[in-house]
Amino acid sequence: MPNSNPTRGKGDKALFEAGVKEYSAQGRYYYDPDYTPNPTDVLAAFRITPQEGVPWEEAAAAVAAESSSGTWTTVWSDHLTDQARYAGRTYKIEPIPGQENQFMAYIAYPLDLFEEGSMPNLMSSIVGNVFGFKAIRALRLEDLHIPPVLLKTFQGPPHGIVVERDLLNKYGRPLLGATMKPKLGLSAKNYGRVVYEALRGGLDFTKDDENITSQPFMRWYDRARFVMEAVHKAEAETGERKGHYLNVTAGDMEEMYRRAEDAKALGSRIIMVDYLTVGFTAFASLSKWCRRNGILLHAHRAMHAVIDRQKNHGIHWRVLAKWARIVGADHVHNGTIVGKLEGDRVSTLAVADLLREDFVLANKEWGIFFDQPWVSMAATMPVASGGIHVWHIPELVALFGDDVVLQFGGGTLGHPWGNAPGATANRVALEAAVKARNEGRDLLREGAQILKEAARFSPALQKAMETWKEIKFDYDTVDSLDR
Amino acid sequence: MKLETFSYLPQMSDADIKKQIEYIVKNGWYPGIEYTETPGPENAYWTFWKLPFFNAETPEEVLEEIQECQRNNPNAYIKLTGYDNKRQCQVFSFVVYKPQAAA
Repeated sequence: MPNSNPTRGKGDKALFEAGVKEYSAQGRYYYDPDYTPNPTDVLAAFRITPQEGVPWEEAAAAVAAESSSGTWTTVWSDHLTDQARYAGRTYKIEPIPGQENQFMAYIAYPLDLFEEGSMPNLMSSIVGNVFGFKAIRALRLEDLHIPPVLLKTFQGPPHGIVVERDLLNKYGRPLLGATMKPKLGLSAKNYGRVVYEALRGGLDFTKDDENITSQPFMRWYDRARFVMEAVHKAEAETGERKGHYLNVTAGDMEEMYRRAEDAKALGSRIIMVDYLTVGFTAFASLSKWCRRNGILLHAHRAMHAVIDRQKNHGIHWRVLAKWARIVGADHVHNGTIVGKLEGDRVSTLAVADLLREDFVLANKEWGIFFDQPWVSMAATMPVASGGIHVWHIPELVALFGDDVVLQFGGGTLGHPWGNAPGATANRVALEAAVKARNEGRDLLREGAQILKEAARFSPALQKAMETWKEIKFDYDTVDSLDR
Repeated sequence: MKLETFSYLPQMSDADIKKQIEYIVKNGWYPGIEYTETPGPENAYWTFWKLPFFNAETPEEVLEEIQECQRNNPNAYIKLTGYDNKRQCQVFSFVVYKPQAAA
């Protein structure tokens, strides 16, 4: 066969034969069940829904080809390259329990396909054109293993959990935050008031919402001044270090830098960015700025559900979360498990592991398809945010441990007595839960009792518990693990 | 003034403090004691009371050190800390005693 077996070093002369060949054809490498992945390969697990009549091997080979070196037709200049060196290889395919029209394909990509330290390049290959490819009806990237040699070319979080705790002087407990509401329409002075009340009541952080930047009702530079006055006043009164995540997301990189510089000049300890909507290049540049300037970076995941919500198409959240750590977030939003937003329980905890641990072992039960060594890359603090309130605190502490930011928006600002008592209620509940855990009590069994004991000395907590007692969130998650 | 972890709870009894020391030791961390008369957001390095207690085995011995620190520094805030030499960082901290005037 003219086009077969151009293995490196064998010296076979191949003749050019124009036309369309099957991706899985022998000698094209794209389907190679005998291949053993190299330790320097990037590994991907794809959930593939092929078009009817397309064999699994062919669909899997097509995905490997289109996300690496292949084109739909053969071209003469293929013969000027070493195909074996650049081909993505499907080395394993397996059925998915309960999903007859879908299967899982494991693809290994050679290191040479990727530029060092470039997330856009990695994405344009692995989740680029291939997602619109005709031979498949739907495609989802479930997990992605980044080999240490490639991982080491990325910065990672600007500071990481250890340094964040030292910068904030806060140890041995989760951090507490809240998103300021209403999202839109407050004047800068009124917004600063909301921040001040929440911080003086006992929160560590307050936060801009993802869609607050510099609108006509509240320009960025006005907000920054009132907010930082509030932060400094709350710090002086409480004796504790505080932060407000000023969202520096802007329409161009130059303005993002200007806002970041302004936040720093005003003494802010932390800034925020919408890491998916600004794009990974802007995110990487800002993350590097943060490391140089000693400022923490909070990443909001606005737009993630567009990409990760459908079970059969897109990119799983665990991959987007890994990318947040690799490119460089000190905080990133993750599910809450107990709150109103989507996120299957074990899957959310597995993502917390991927953000925080130095080595994560493959565990398909948890949705982790590959080992991921993080080779000393700093850790990212997961943020549990959305629909949570004081009654959830014991369970959140039991599930996430200390290294998490718990953000109560409505659960702080919705307190009948206002923000400061709302913040105090959450802080008392949190500290009571941590104290009880340290004493060896079981938070999952005794959580309610622990809160009731604390409410005896905290009227603010008592009131919060009366306000939110009846609220329950029991929606099914759209995305779930295959069992 | 509030001073970080557990500062929103009532003053702990010595029995409660011992349970927290036990938690530090049980995790394989090293307890330490720091004190200052001028706490605040800009004061991160308080004065060490001796070195961290690398050989501490019982909560009683650490509590006795805290009490000795207090006797010697009656106007000081006294903090119990924990160091984890695997993660190579401080992992625990709370103010165990405040001066009478502040308490």
